[in-house]
Amino acid sequence: LPAAVLLKDTKLMDVKLGQLGSWLATRDFTPGGIMGAMRRGYERYYNKYINVRKGGLGGISMVLAAYVVLSYMWSYSHVKHDRRRKYH
Amino acid sequence: MNLSFFDQFSSPSLLGIPLILIAMVFPALLLPSPGNRWINNRLSTLQLWFINLITKQLMTPLDKKGHKWALILTSLMMFLLLTNLLGLLPYTFTPTTQLSMNLALAFPLWLATLLTGLRNQPSVSLGHLLPEGTPTLLIPALILIETTSLLIRPLALGVRLTANLTAGHLLIQLISTATTTLMTTMPVVSLLTLAVLLLLTILEVAVAMIQAYVFVLLLSLYLQENI
Repeated sequence: LPAAVLLKDTKLMDVKLGQLGSWLATRDFTPGGIMGAMRRGYERYYNKYINVRKGGLGGISMVLAAYVVLSYMWSYSHVKHDRRRKYH
Repeated sequence: MNLSFFDQFSSPSLLGIPLILIAMVFPALLLPSPGNRWINNRLSTLQLWFINLITKQLMTPLDKKGHKWALILTSLMMFLLLTNLLGLLPYTFTPTTQLSMNLALAFPLWLATLLTGLRNQPSVSLGHLLPEGTPTLLIPALILIETTSLLIRPLALGVRLTANLTAGHLLIQLISTATTTLMTTMPVVSLLTLAVLLLLTILEVAVAMIQAYVFVLLLSLYLQENI
């Protein structure tokens, strides 16, 4: 039982591969938990790259690049017909 | 070969789940709300400066009653500007190419200006239907013409935005297809086409910003007539 409590508090990079399943079981997958995780991720990114004294183009460019990659993934099944191939 | 050049405008969906909501909400992620510091980060400062510029520009001709419209006009401007500009990135989807969305933006706002005018100052609002100094014989014809021009305003607003953006995206796709197809057979012509494509992209960036501005400016003009 002490091991399970300690497992809940370890970060993902410190979890051993064999403990991954039990670590995932300790996470909060309720809608409130997922919103909390998204909020924490957003705050981490924002405070590291944008909310700094001399933020540059990189902070927002990474977001736009991720949006482009995501749009490509979403439209791939559509775009693959536009390639110059003999057999699509 | 492309199945059709209009395929880029079909509403995106993933396994049957429509993604247009994400495309519409994404610009909001790029506008963080400023914190409670005296000097904010560069993005927030830039954003605040730009929003102040737009609001001052839109609200100067209006009197105090019209200032209630500041929030919706400025947010509309930011939304249109960002969606138009984001649509120029590769593989992204531009929601403002859909006529349904532009009409849904134009119709209620235009109707709101019209009803505000008819409710608060009906005779002044109706008086706009007849310009000053028209000869008496022309009055019936002119009233009909002005009423038609009034009723067609929301259609014009929506279709103007849709047509401009759709035409721009189509042109970019056509010229880039021409460039890639010509690269194997006539490389010099392909280079010329590439130069045209570069100029066209600069034009499209300008058009994206101008169309958003025109939309909001016309709405504020309709508001000025009626407030």
